[in-house]
Amino acid sequence: MRIGVYVCHCGGNISDVVDVKKIAELAGQQNEVVFVRDLEHTCSEEGQKFILEDIAEHKLDRIVVSACSPLFHEKTFMKLLEKAGLNPYMLEMANIREQCSWSHPSKTTATRKAEDLVKMAIEKVRFDTPLERNSIPIGKRVLVIGGGIAGIQSALDLGDAGFEVFMVEKEPAIGGKMAQLSKTFPTEDCATCIIGPKLTDVATHPNIHLYTYTEIKDVKGFLGNFTVTLTRKPRYVDLEKCVSCGICAEKCPVKVPDEFNLGLSERHAIYIHNAIAVPRKYLIDDKACRQLNGQRCGICQKVCVQGAVDYEQKPIEEIITVDTIITATGYTPFDASLKAVYGYGKFANVITGLQLERIIATGSSGPPLRAIGNRIAFIQCVGSRDEQVERENCSRICCMYATKLAQLVKRINPSREVYVFYTDLRAYGKGFEEYYKRAQTAGIKYVRGRTAEIQEDPITKKLLVRTEDTLSRQIIEGEFDLVVLSNGLTPSASTDQVADILKLARSADGFLQEAHPKFRPVDTLVDGIFIAGCAQGPKDIPDTVSQASAAAARAIRLMNKGIYEIEPITAFVRPHLCDGCEKCIGICPPKAIQMENGKAVVNGALCKGCGLCCAYCHTEALDLAYYTTKQLMAEIEMALISKKDEETRILIFADNTCAYRLADNVGTARLSYPAETRVIRVPSSSRITPKMMLYAFAKGADGLFIGECDYKASPYSNSGESIKRNIGIVREILDEIGSDGGRINFTELLASLLTDYYKTITNLIKFAKKEAKPLTKEMREKLLTYTDRLFTTTRKESE
Amino acid sequence: MIRKMIINNQSEEFHRKIKELSGEILTLCDQCGTCTGSCPMVIEMDITPSQMMRLVLLGDEEVLEAKTIWICASCYSCTARCPRGIDASKVAEALRQIKQRKAVDYLNWEDVDIEEAKELPQMALVAAFRKLTG
Repeated sequence: MRIGVYVCHCGGNISDVVDVKKIAELAGQQNEVVFVRDLEHTCSEEGQKFILEDIAEHKLDRIVVSACSPLFHEKTFMKLLEKAGLNPYMLEMANIREQCSWSHPSKTTATRKAEDLVKMAIEKVRFDTPLERNSIPIGKRVLVIGGGIAGIQSALDLGDAGFEVFMVEKEPAIGGKMAQLSKTFPTEDCATCIIGPKLTDVATHPNIHLYTYTEIKDVKGFLGNFTVTLTRKPRYVDLEKCVSCGICAEKCPVKVPDEFNLGLSERHAIYIHNAIAVPRKYLIDDKACRQLNGQRCGICQKVCVQGAVDYEQKPIEEIITVDTIITATGYTPFDASLKAVYGYGKFANVITGLQLERIIATGSSGPPLRAIGNRIAFIQCVGSRDEQVERENCSRICCMYATKLAQLVKRINPSREVYVFYTDLRAYGKGFEEYYKRAQTAGIKYVRGRTAEIQEDPITKKLLVRTEDTLSRQIIEGEFDLVVLSNGLTPSASTDQVADILKLARSADGFLQEAHPKFRPVDTLVDGIFIAGCAQGPKDIPDTVSQASAAAARAIRLMNKGIYEIEPITAFVRPHLCDGCEKCIGICPPKAIQMENGKAVVNGALCKGCGLCCAYCHTEALDLAYYTTKQLMAEIEMALISKKDEETRILIFADNTCAYRLADNVGTARLSYPAETRVIRVPSSSRITPKMMLYAFAKGADGLFIGECDYKASPYSNSGESIKRNIGIVREILDEIGSDGGRINFTELLASLLTDYYKTITNLIKFAKKEAKPLTKEMREKLLTYTDRLFTTTRKESE
Repeated sequence: MIRKMIINNQSEEFHRKIKELSGEILTLCDQCGTCTGSCPMVIEMDITPSQMMRLVLLGDEEVLEAKTIWICASCYSCTARCPRGIDASKVAEALRQIKQRKAVDYLNWEDVDIEEAKELPQMALVAAFRKLTG
């Protein structure tokens, strides 16, 4: 073994505080370290050249770089190692900038901590093994879930680029919410006129397979190999034979409210979804149809000249395999009846924005669906920005769609008086402000204030609206013929359903969570699954279309190469140790572990490398590459080796996504915190087994701070639960030997909350020093013997 | 005291009338307050020019009782600076006209002491009668 250590000055960022020469000297004294060099800028071209030459000259086989955070330059040095012919995973970084020189102003303290960090890195690098990045083949088949404008755009982009698209829509026709709109803001293009051609494009595209009236039943597998089970609901009308002449519907004796017109009109039990439906085919509503509900009827079958009606159709299951998935499951308008003070569903003249869209859209070519009167009020933020109905988010589009609808109704009849009651008017998009001004010019009266209540005159059915105009600070009351509720956007039921099937994370507002809000806005945390449109959050049509194209591009990025490289930091099994208890199968978040011949086997393509499973494995058969038990134990030992008896020392286990980043951010902000801390980096703190925690205490730790991503930001679902379980086991033991379980702190963190970090550390140190029950030398020795007992505990759990 | 304003045909008619007389699109006002900040007379007023604009938009006839419309010197500072291009001076003028057309005498010529009147500048006297009599 020939280890090379580099100590970076970082142009004074490190060397002004940390004694770099001393660190280099210390590194040189460590076993098997054959070469040490300190460099002004290790990451610079010049610095990298030195390393390249040194590796060749001194035949170095593993490298430690003591410099900045690995989150900053790990990739740089990995590439360098590859260039030098070494495996990139034979690298460790000691973070002596963010964690030392930037966070501890005292030279002696910072240098002392840096010494430990370098020793930890050297100890860890000893056990590094070459890891191979496996590549798996990936095809060109994409599943697009949802046939709204988002799904349509993604599908067309992918289809045009030569990829094979399977579009699944649960409704009988594609087009989604956009097909229901009258016009689109701010340009006032007719919605059906601009979406119509796109619907036809989808239906006739040689690369797009369209599955309407179909639901996703199940999805298994992973990027490059998703197996999707679809349920095609019976239409009871043969898609091939139906020529959509409409005679069946004319003769059908049953009438039910038409969902497409939001109950403002009626349709028959055999019906066509809407006027521009694609596919333009009839279907039977099996809840309304007499024949299908045991009554005698059969009229439609009799009148159909094509013989297309088939009452015997059954749901069909179909299985397809795809390589990537785009989720475009859209939104559902907020159920306005939940906002009881506005009387939606109770008062005849209170309608929603989407209902008015239908009234205007159908009004241009036929009799209006209903009268709308002369004095009209729009009420904004219904189901948005309102804790009363548990919807805190802004729905983004309501200000503008109300502005549009207000203008349209005023234009149809200029003598109408139109008022918009709003909380804040948000006209943020391109052309929106100008559009808002146009509405003002047209005489729309904007009144700033959220309407408190509506009362209905029982005889005239007119509505008394009561609002404060917060600009003139007086109560405004008026009698209106019609109140239009600008209801917000909520995640659709299908979004929930599909998120459960695909195991996608959701943000606090219930919409799908993107992998990163800034840099990965259309990716999800599951590789190969993307989001587009309102499934991710409320947005208007241009934003939806941009996002849909982005999702298509991201999917193409994965598929176009034909192979996909898998990160080799995954769990692995030592088969001779595995006793087939199957404990790991259920707890693995991405379900990457399977049993084969009585032994657990990890699927490297699915494994996200969190290491959660390892803590559950009572035979220690499971381990995590690059973060092996041996390596972490070595790090723990080195982190405590310099501790003097009178000192207090806290170990911090920091997950790579949030806690480690947070520690970095605290350093970057030059916030000084107690130097009694040593950070050990892990992919997720669920990797830390009870044995490791006990070992830390046995070796001298006075407290453990286990930091993990807040579940909303975490790439691994339910890691918090596992950590709590692991901590529980150790706390019990600590209490039992007479010490204090409170010495372990578990905090779910976000990388941005700098004060959380500082507070937790100082509180924990204070607690360990003064308040906690003592942890004596004898107790520490006793703890070492507890590992056996530990296994019994986990064994009991698995029984 | 908090006032309550009723929106009805009368309020909308009032709004229309001011719109017609002033030639200004009253609904364009964003309530940014530039007019008030620019007004050299605002300290003397009981409601600010932007408040006047607000009441006019709502069709609140109470605005006719405000001193503001009489204190307005028609200096056009507000007009020059309005980001929405509204001429608030014209709105004030429209309000004065409506008030005047209601033919209410605030100044009774019989109350004016002839001797005192002789001392006053004639322009002021004429202006006062023009402004304060119906």
